[in-house]
Amino acid sequence: MSDVAIELDARRLFCPMPVIRLQDCINRQLVGTRVKIACTDPGVMNDIPTWCRINGHKVISSQEKDHEYILIVEKGKDGD
Amino acid sequence: MTRKAVALISGGLDSLLAARLIQQQGIHVEGINFYTGFCVEGHTHAIRKKDRDKVKRNNALWVAEQLGIKLHIIDIVEEYKDIVINPKHGYGANLNPCLDCKIFMVQKAYEWIQENYFDFIITGEVIGQRPMSQRKQTMPIVSSESGAEDLLLRPLCAQNLPPTKPEVEDWVNRHLLKDFSGRSRKPQMALAKKFGFENYAQPAGGCCFLTDLSYSVKLQDLWSNRGNKQYEIDDIMLLKVGRHIRPEPAFKLIIAREEGENRFLTGYKGQFQTIKTVSHAGPLALIEGDSLSAAQLELACAITARFSKGREADSVELLYADHEKDSRTVRVKPLPAQELPQEWYIA
Repeated sequence: MSDVAIELDARRLFCPMPVIRLQDCINRQLVGTRVKIACTDPGVMNDIPTWCRINGHKVISSQEKDHEYILIVEKGKDGD
Repeated sequence: MTRKAVALISGGLDSLLAARLIQQQGIHVEGINFYTGFCVEGHTHAIRKKDRDKVKRNNALWVAEQLGIKLHIIDIVEEYKDIVINPKHGYGANLNPCLDCKIFMVQKAYEWIQENYFDFIITGEVIGQRPMSQRKQTMPIVSSESGAEDLLLRPLCAQNLPPTKPEVEDWVNRHLLKDFSGRSRKPQMALAKKFGFENYAQPAGGCCFLTDLSYSVKLQDLWSNRGNKQYEIDDIMLLKVGRHIRPEPAFKLIIAREEGENRFLTGYKGQFQTIKTVSHAGPLALIEGDSLSAAQLELACAITARFSKGREADSVELLYADHEKDSRTVRVKPLPAQELPQEWYIA
């Protein structure tokens, strides 16, 4: 997707490591920046949206394909 | 001026209640959760096929959402090694360095509040709740050795302890804190009900693999056979997966128990020698150990074949691969169950 600024590879990592990777990346970005993360732990489909809700970010999309889970997250203004 | 506190959030009930008690006093609370690599959260559930369909929440995130607070998850895997390898205060019943762990986490939280301009730290500790780290004698040790001193407040048992700075300075009202002690969970459950918290995580053997006997035996075996107490994150992940069988000191097999573990272990094919049954459905096995003799490799194959669908067959064909560089087929008679001694199983 053209509006994704950063892509993260969190495959073979187990929760909460994908969340930590995303958190550490998002914390360095400007509001509105979109980050795409690829994971293999199905737990991310629950954990990343929860992390986004409590920290003020937005899940733009999430999809599963061949045991991989791809999420696009946009940094929110409450996330600083 | 609104005071700010950071709460150590494990995902359990106690830290949830401690944070809520402080929130109720008008304090701004944020959560901090440390990832050591030994956390029970998620891992084996994410690997094993039979557990993959279950909705597995991260309890620390769930707690933060219940409280309506931000949660900062911090990777301490590398720094934590020193705590596991050289615990100043020793181990508990297994390889759990609970007191050193608590000191370390409070110390990290103390560094965090200094960097982020927060005023104090809260934990869900209760006097007498845990035999090693939550005793009346050890609580001052945690406060002093962490450096947090009187900036560490335990809201659930504060009335049983000397007043801390947040109480002395009237940032919080000590009379609204609690005097819980002992192993009974009834006061916590009553308080949860009062606050309207439901579906919180039930305490079930703690949140750390190091408190688990079987896991600790496997970690000790790893250290003993390497001749040192070092480990990498892949080592401690693999101890959570499969059957671990050591027929000889020179090598160990990690044999998948089901499809999810097969898929997980496949990710390590570039780092280990592997054996996979070919003629019959069967598991993938990793070999930990170098320079196996022909006899040792045949034994490893016979053991792996024993866990395949061909366990009763006269012979089973397997594919042996050495770090994806060299591979060849091997045909063996599966090892009969009675020839696989229980003492070869680690844990």
